[in-house]
Amino acid sequence: MPEPSKKISKSPVHPLDDLLRTDRIPHIWCSGCGTGTAFSSCLTAIKASGLELDNVVMISGIGCSGRAAGYVKLDSYHTTHGRAIPFATGMKLANPKLNVIVFSGDGDLFAIGGNHFIHAARRNVDLTVICVNNLNYGMTGGQVAATTPFQAKTSTTTTGNPEAPFNLPLLAYASGATYIARWTILHTRDLTNSIIEALNKKGFSFIEVLSPCPVNYGRRNKEKSLDTLKLYQEKGIIKNNANPADTDIDFEKGIILGKFIDIERATCIENYDKTCRLV
Amino acid sequence: MTYWRVPFDANDIEISKGIVYILDDRCKGCGYCIEYCPKHMLQFSKKFNKKGYHPPVAKNPDDCVNCHYCEIICPEFAIYSAEAEEDK
Repeated sequence: MPEPSKKISKSPVHPLDDLLRTDRIPHIWCSGCGTGTAFSSCLTAIKASGLELDNVVMISGIGCSGRAAGYVKLDSYHTTHGRAIPFATGMKLANPKLNVIVFSGDGDLFAIGGNHFIHAARRNVDLTVICVNNLNYGMTGGQVAATTPFQAKTSTTTTGNPEAPFNLPLLAYASGATYIARWTILHTRDLTNSIIEALNKKGFSFIEVLSPCPVNYGRRNKEKSLDTLKLYQEKGIIKNNANPADTDIDFEKGIILGKFIDIERATCIENYDKTCRLV
Repeated sequence: MTYWRVPFDANDIEISKGIVYILDDRCKGCGYCIEYCPKHMLQFSKKFNKKGYHPPVAKNPDDCVNCHYCEIICPEFAIYSAEAEEDK
């Protein structure tokens, strides 16, 4: 925290400015977009986790949330579309000392990058994956995504989405992730605590962050950004250790939030050393 | 804040005091800090910032209890609170 000054200084310094490329701020995210809140929560968690900042790497794919890698004043990598996890895996295997954070969106991680996600979880690569889920492809014009709720309107499903969405915590659990949590940007403190836990956890950690997209998703579904936050407040049910099979996103019956899974399993590197490095 | 009954230790609790700092030119006017301030001490200002948004302004700055909620909900890194000095 900066020293509080007696008078309000001319140019106050935000407590996270030391982790930000301030010349790039204000960022490109729209007014009311939740990516900024998820990003700020991630930076707060990096600070609070006590990790050595030289060993923290942030990797993003393509999409709105992919811009995060460009705003953080740490080693960071803005990768090709859907390939954030493969780059992160390579980085972790090449230098196991690193603490690798993948900060990306639902389209990047679960549509084009879906296979990379399930295989990294299966191998239990020691990564922290933060998925900003805004329920549509925000950057490209609000098309239907693999996470768009049933019957929600998007620019390509003008009468409502006829398909069922992915249940991301269940997908992560079935693939073998060792830490799974879901929060919204309104539950910022819980989200930050979850990210701290995930950063200090050995193994594949996955945190889903529900975030409003007022310009593309909200506009077509008659939700202003504050309405979306109120919906999170009304429909969010905090239930730690819930069965991931019950966590599908259905705003009618309520969305289950919390820390669902926290288990131990041998990581990718441990298993490799045990099997292939028998010196 | 209104309670349905006064907490038993209401008199023993020392309420922290804070100062809220607003970085006007980073604000995009989403209104999250205004809506979710537990003391309802912020409001949209009349002035415009560089990008043409109305940044928030503290209507009664003395009410701030330094809870940092505006700081952590703000997507723009545009507002934060710090402990007020007279507390020490």
